[in-house]
Amino acid sequence: MSDHPPAAYETLSSPTAIGEGLAGVGYISTPDISMALFLAAKLRKPVLIEGPAGVGKTDLARSLASFLGLPLCRLQCYEGLDEAKALYEWKYGKQLLYTQLLKERLDEVLGDGDFDALTGQLSRFEDVFFSENFLAPRPLLTALQQSDGAVLLIDEIDKSDEAFEAFLLEILSEFQVTIPELGTLSAQVPPLVILTSNAARDLGDALKRRCLHLFIGFPDLEREQKIVRARVPGIEDALLKRLVAFVQAVRGEDLRKYPSISESVDWAQALVLLHAEALGEDLVRSTLNVLLKHQSDIDALDPKIPALVRAAANGSNS
Amino acid sequence: MTGTAALAGFVSALRSADVSVSPAEAIDAAGALAVVGYTDKGLVKSALRPALCKSTEDGAVFDRLFELYFSRAAFSSTGDAAPGEADGAPAEGDLLALVNSGDEAALATALERAGEAARVKDIRFSTQTAFYAQKMLKALGVEAMEADLLEALQARTPEGEARAKEIIDARRAVLKRAREYTERQYEVFGSGRTQTFREEILAGKSIGALDRADYARMRPLVEKMAKRLSAKYGRRRKMKTGALDVRRTVRANAGLGGVPFNVHWKKRARDRAKLVVLCDVSGSVAQYVRFLLLLLHCLGETVEDLRAFAFSGHLGEITDDLNTDGFEGAVEQILRRYGMGSTDYGQALQGLEANHSSAIDRQTSFIVLGDGRSNYGDPCTDIFSRLAARAKQTIWLCPEPPALWGSGDSEMPSYRPYCDVVANVSSLTDLERALDRILARYGVA
Repeated sequence: MSDHPPAAYETLSSPTAIGEGLAGVGYISTPDISMALFLAAKLRKPVLIEGPAGVGKTDLARSLASFLGLPLCRLQCYEGLDEAKALYEWKYGKQLLYTQLLKERLDEVLGDGDFDALTGQLSRFEDVFFSENFLAPRPLLTALQQSDGAVLLIDEIDKSDEAFEAFLLEILSEFQVTIPELGTLSAQVPPLVILTSNAARDLGDALKRRCLHLFIGFPDLEREQKIVRARVPGIEDALLKRLVAFVQAVRGEDLRKYPSISESVDWAQALVLLHAEALGEDLVRSTLNVLLKHQSDIDALDPKIPALVRAAANGSNS
Repeated sequence: MTGTAALAGFVSALRSADVSVSPAEAIDAAGALAVVGYTDKGLVKSALRPALCKSTEDGAVFDRLFELYFSRAAFSSTGDAAPGEADGAPAEGDLLALVNSGDEAALATALERAGEAARVKDIRFSTQTAFYAQKMLKALGVEAMEADLLEALQARTPEGEARAKEIIDARRAVLKRAREYTERQYEVFGSGRTQTFREEILAGKSIGALDRADYARMRPLVEKMAKRLSAKYGRRRKMKTGALDVRRTVRANAGLGGVPFNVHWKKRARDRAKLVVLCDVSGSVAQYVRFLLLLLHCLGETVEDLRAFAFSGHLGEITDDLNTDGFEGAVEQILRRYGMGSTDYGQALQGLEANHSSAIDRQTSFIVLGDGRSNYGDPCTDIFSRLAARAKQTIWLCPEPPALWGSGDSEMPSYRPYCDVVANVSSLTDLERALDRILARYGVA
């Protein structure tokens, strides 16, 4: 691990610079987000991002990678994910295929000789079969191998098993992995690591302790307007304001799942496609399924739509 | 106070409020502060937050404590290097002069120092604020001031009177400041500890002796317990063991000439708990039922399948009542609906076998919560033994202490041989321990 950060990380010189850089690639940051990324780069710590689904946790990693011009290595976690799928795998099929092809010519290759000589011959081939030729790097190893650094996104870590979480600890603190047949591979440049979690389960204390923690919640009115404007450039200003005010009001209702930023963006896109100019009751009713994903929520909100639409109209005018 | 000392104090405040901050995290926080500096409070806050608080619940505590802790000008006094020290410390000699000088910063520094001397950080209960305020006054040198006051009063001159009044006012002002200071310190260092202390007491208190006022406070406690149990037993289902599943591999590759291209590994499935709970909801046991059901309800996903039955006289299934949102109301209703009859275990067991016998299979834990007092009716131990034999394990949770089992109409000794565990549960802690044991049986199959 070199002490001099690569050129790409130098860009992360201050929280403000990070905020501006992210804005340049269409991600509207907050001071807290920028600060967490800044500290992550300075202290070389992974960032664990928690928050409801669809508030831009994954997108932050993607935007960071494109802002820094670094490759993004993404590891999607799920139940049953193990080292073979996360770190590296021997190309078993290829190894087997090669042995099958060689089987015919085994006599030629090995030649005659006593048992000792044959074993000696064979062990030469072992090294061939367990070389980097037959190594399939998975996201974690890929991230470590990048010579200019990388952004490593470990997505939805809460979906993985506890065993996998424990396995991650070594990589996150040492930035190196040990492959028995090849030895220890350490990162030339430690990647910027971002972990996300939807809090499906409580993460272990050991993991939390090694990470900086960042909570991204639902955005406030102003930030949401900026985000929707950045993502849906074609939207009229008046419609945008009403739409965001409406979504913000919906989050105040008692619902099973609150609409997140990604849903507001989808809704804005839908309304633009429909050439909507104002937010009318009927329009809201017919497109509400873009915003709310549970029928019970849609039913619960239905009677309140007129009031919410009026409030959104008033709120955005004043 | 230096920046590091301020940080250390803040970390100990967080710890006292039950936010676990490890030394490693404190070092991270110090590193973060070194990077952003101490000048901007907003920056300090957003730099400390990712390093110190690691969950959303902790976030709220962090916000509250940050405002309280750093409101007492820890930073301003760091900034201009403690004016009290700079201009020859008027605080040491003359408290009166200090109060009258109107130098806020100097007074704050003096209070801060007196607070250190009086060890106000050790405060645990709100009732101690007066005590610590007095200790602070002493540390501030109020005794000299009182001697002056006595002198001035004894002089019996108009100047003396005026001076006495001045001293009394100053003393009152300082006392007020000292009290404010200790109250704030209590908020920072004490309230969390008081909360923990109260919870410890509640958890150990006999459930039968709880009054209604305690219920509201029990709820978060039960949730905490449930969370602990879920963390221990929840979501550990499939894991690759690394062993080759030879049978499946051979079968899958039969078409490939027996060359094992597709390899299958053995998988372990961890089964989640299936529980059947039979609750005696008559008078004395009702409170225990409330907490057992609440605890089970809070376990949520950890328990795959929970079926609950309530009885005093006749038996009824209450599973659906429990799955509604208004849990508290549902329990009240259950207690009212089933709690009236006179207790008859025999009848309840008959009802369970006749109508719901399929509920119990070999994956099921059969939990009975009751005191076993059956009003001298037939205990139907034969039915109980059949049900118990079918279950994975049978646990009887009894609120009565073992000494009373078998006394009067208690049928505990007749049921006991068929149970895997008979546990006396009198407090929430007992309940947690019993459930821990039940869930532990659902290991990797």
